[in-house]
Amino acid sequence: MRVRWVPALLVDAHAQTPASRTLVFVAPDLESPLAGQHVDVRLTAEDGYTAQRAYSLGSPAGADRIELTVDRMPDGEVSPYLVDMLQVGNLIEVRGPIGQFFVWRPEQTEPVQLIAGGSGIVPLMSMIRTREAVGGTAPMRLLYSVRTPEGRLYADELDALATAGRLEVQYVYTREAPADWEREAGRLTPELLAELTLAPDQDPAVYVCGPTPFVEAVADGLVQAGHRVASIRTERFGPSG
Amino acid sequence: MGIFSPGFTGRRHESKEELPPGQYLERGFPVLSAGPTPRIDKRDWELTLVTERGERRSWNWQQMLDLGPEEIATDIHCVTAWSKLGTSWRGVPLDRFLDGVETEAQYLFAGSYGGYTTNMPLGELKGRAWVAFEYDGADLDPEHGGPARLLVPHLYFWKSAKWVNSLRLLTADEPGFWERNGYNMHGDPWREERYW
Repeated sequence: MRVRWVPALLVDAHAQTPASRTLVFVAPDLESPLAGQHVDVRLTAEDGYTAQRAYSLGSPAGADRIELTVDRMPDGEVSPYLVDMLQVGNLIEVRGPIGQFFVWRPEQTEPVQLIAGGSGIVPLMSMIRTREAVGGTAPMRLLYSVRTPEGRLYADELDALATAGRLEVQYVYTREAPADWEREAGRLTPELLAELTLAPDQDPAVYVCGPTPFVEAVADGLVQAGHRVASIRTERFGPSG
Repeated sequence: MGIFSPGFTGRRHESKEELPPGQYLERGFPVLSAGPTPRIDKRDWELTLVTERGERRSWNWQQMLDLGPEEIATDIHCVTAWSKLGTSWRGVPLDRFLDGVETEAQYLFAGSYGGYTTNMPLGELKGRAWVAFEYDGADLDPEHGGPARLLVPHLYFWKSAKWVNSLRLLTADEPGFWERNGYNMHGDPWREERYW
């Protein structure tokens, strides 16, 4: 295989939310990633036992430093270690970048609709940052479904982009909305989906990422709203610890 | 390569030796698909086989059932590193669809409702591939490939094309969807043939 395990040095880390941590690595031997790709992460115990999981990259295409944001899964094997134990200065191994389909390339000129459920925001953030890095002008809109306002990943960065008029961001809070919010907390319905996303007649490229039931519901809703099946790219998060 | 994670012990399980390299045991059944899930009614379902000489055969749902389904108990291995042991399926052996077909093809190129495709060597499919339509005693869910999917459990699970509706026999190998998008042409989990 052309894709090999290479070392990655943790150079920075900070909590995103109480249950998630953003990890920044330097991995000089890793091929330059595209926006939306993922890497495999491998941990090795002192007796040689290994465990690997796939994580989407949040960093922009071509960045020197790759960034992962990892949710701590209860009873998980790899994620608790990445969130609670891995320290700056430690090495892990990564392999990738992987996947040539769920990617956004700066040369794409069509409007882009991003739809995230929970930590599904991570690869979409890579697309947003890539467009920023190149000063891209393709219209880009984000619909972000998240349980609570505190659970938003990249909240400050998204707020700044929205304020600067660089990105239209809509939120759907599924468990608890801010006090002055325009809607009650609740799941994304097909009606709300249609209201908050680019219309099918604009023929946007649509990227949907999140837990499987979320992606299934959103992708079905998009097809029923009239989006072309081939314009909808999905990435589903199964249970992955 | 001598990179250890201090304090990492991992979650080992008793049957580690049954898993291909780099895989972990999964109890759920994760879903991986590149786009929306096609919704196909059994009444509209049709499977078409096309040989390298362009000869065609088709089966509707009942004709497929008439070929004689069997129970399948197997482990499955996804390229994203989960494995699921002892899964149970019901499906028609691929060999039944190939009965009496004259072919010198060496590859199978499967296609699906929704446009998905995947390729595999025909020679290693004898007795090891099915068109499956039940999982765990119930109709196969659409998100898992229902009404019918290919089941080729000795290869990584992306080769087990969901929503299968065509089987093309080819004399030269041709990359399918994931094989064009970063994944291995063959995909043997025991040799860890994950990527390009």
